[in-house]
Amino acid sequence: MTTVRIPPTLREQVGGERQVSAEGETVRELLDDLTSRFPALRSQLVEDGGLAPFVNVYVEGEDVRTRDGIDTEVRPGSTVILLPAMAGG
Amino acid sequence: MASYRDLLQQVKTEIAEVDAARARELVESGEPFVLDVREQDEWDEGHLPNAIHIPRGNLESRIERAEPDHARQIVVYCAAGNRSAFAAKTLEELGYEDVVSLAGGFTDWKRNGFPVVLSDGLDAPKRARYSRHLLIPEVGEQGQLKLLDSKVLLIGAGGLGSPASLYLAAAGIGRLGIVDADVVDESNLQRQIVHSTEVIGEPKVQSAKRTIEALNPDVQVVAYEERLTSENVDRILADGWDVIVDGADNFPTRYLVNDASVWHDIPVVHGSIYRFEGQVTVFKPGEGPCYRCLFPTPPPPELAPSCAEGGVLGVLPGIIGSLQANETLKLALGIGDPLVGRLLLFDALSTELSEVSIRRDPNCPVCGDHPTITEYIDYVEFCAGTREPA
Repeated sequence: MTTVRIPPTLREQVGGERQVSAEGETVRELLDDLTSRFPALRSQLVEDGGLAPFVNVYVEGEDVRTRDGIDTEVRPGSTVILLPAMAGG
Repeated sequence: MASYRDLLQQVKTEIAEVDAARARELVESGEPFVLDVREQDEWDEGHLPNAIHIPRGNLESRIERAEPDHARQIVVYCAAGNRSAFAAKTLEELGYEDVVSLAGGFTDWKRNGFPVVLSDGLDAPKRARYSRHLLIPEVGEQGQLKLLDSKVLLIGAGGLGSPASLYLAAAGIGRLGIVDADVVDESNLQRQIVHSTEVIGEPKVQSAKRTIEALNPDVQVVAYEERLTSENVDRILADGWDVIVDGADNFPTRYLVNDASVWHDIPVVHGSIYRFEGQVTVFKPGEGPCYRCLFPTPPPPELAPSCAEGGVLGVLPGIIGSLQANETLKLALGIGDPLVGRLLLFDALSTELSEVSIRRDPNCPVCGDHPTITEYIDYVEFCAGTREPA
């Protein structure tokens, strides 16, 4: 079980939760699990079968784009952060 | 009971002295720690090259922070060689192994025509204003002089720009540029603390300039009452800025600030906020990633509501903007570990700070090894969200 931190802009799609639990051994499996339960998330995280380019995903504080992208391994108990850009100032 | 003269004679038999010629050799070798124990006004009128100033009265409490190495030689001097004799004795009692006092002191040094550094230091009012900085070894007089000589450009005089500009002004940043085309609106005042009720309807840059100049007349404020665009960015950056503080409220400006800062080689202290959450990092060209390495593509507009659309807790920009001021001061002083390659995330609801690593992307279209974007683009169109979600 992995804890996924949901950014404020995506909370509406997960019933307002700030973090949710998800199952999966890779980022892809994790996102599949999430989007099967919260289908509204899909278009905002996934594009052409890969990660949407405007969303950053960090596993244990590291950007998955610098590792194996959507196939990056997620160890049990790790924290995953979904992070979109924010422009507010 | 011993008189002063007796005491002085006694101390002089217990310490080592050097004459001005020998002191000059030592000072010019660059090896010893050169210590001036005179009073502030004497120091201000000139001192030995590379000397560190600790008035006699503060010697015991400050010397170990200034020179922790007890084995290093210390050349100590005062005006005539008497206070420094007592200081040398004290230093030996504190465990410094090799202390020499300059016989004849600064007076004799000058009489020999040896080099003197005239203090370009702080005058008395600045010394009073910045006294809490002067007490910090990492800042001190040299650091404060650096701050007074620094030029920082703030993009936006809003939520983030308010606290950032106030703290930078209070710290004595010599020149603050502020770019903003908006006027003060009632809805700004819940968080934009550089403005006030009586200036509703006035241009933000003028309001901010007045507040800052009232806070610290040492600061020169350059007001740019315009929106940053591809057309004016080179002109504004050509005014010469050491650091940019990005407190913009929209994506087109943020991508524009990024591209311009990479091409002008100016570090950007980035902050952004939404509701209860904030992000802070430092984009330093050549040393870490740029904004495009972190966010190559702007999000579609429905995923990126502004604070005007989604709201923001009033104090959040106070926290994030203050963190930006902190990073800016560190960059200006050249101290500490700036947030280069690290993105700090703040959650006001849980009161948690977390950090993720961010890296330069060798394929980045702007700062990468083979850049494909080399001039300003249409940033509004770039961020308009014409892309179709899959």
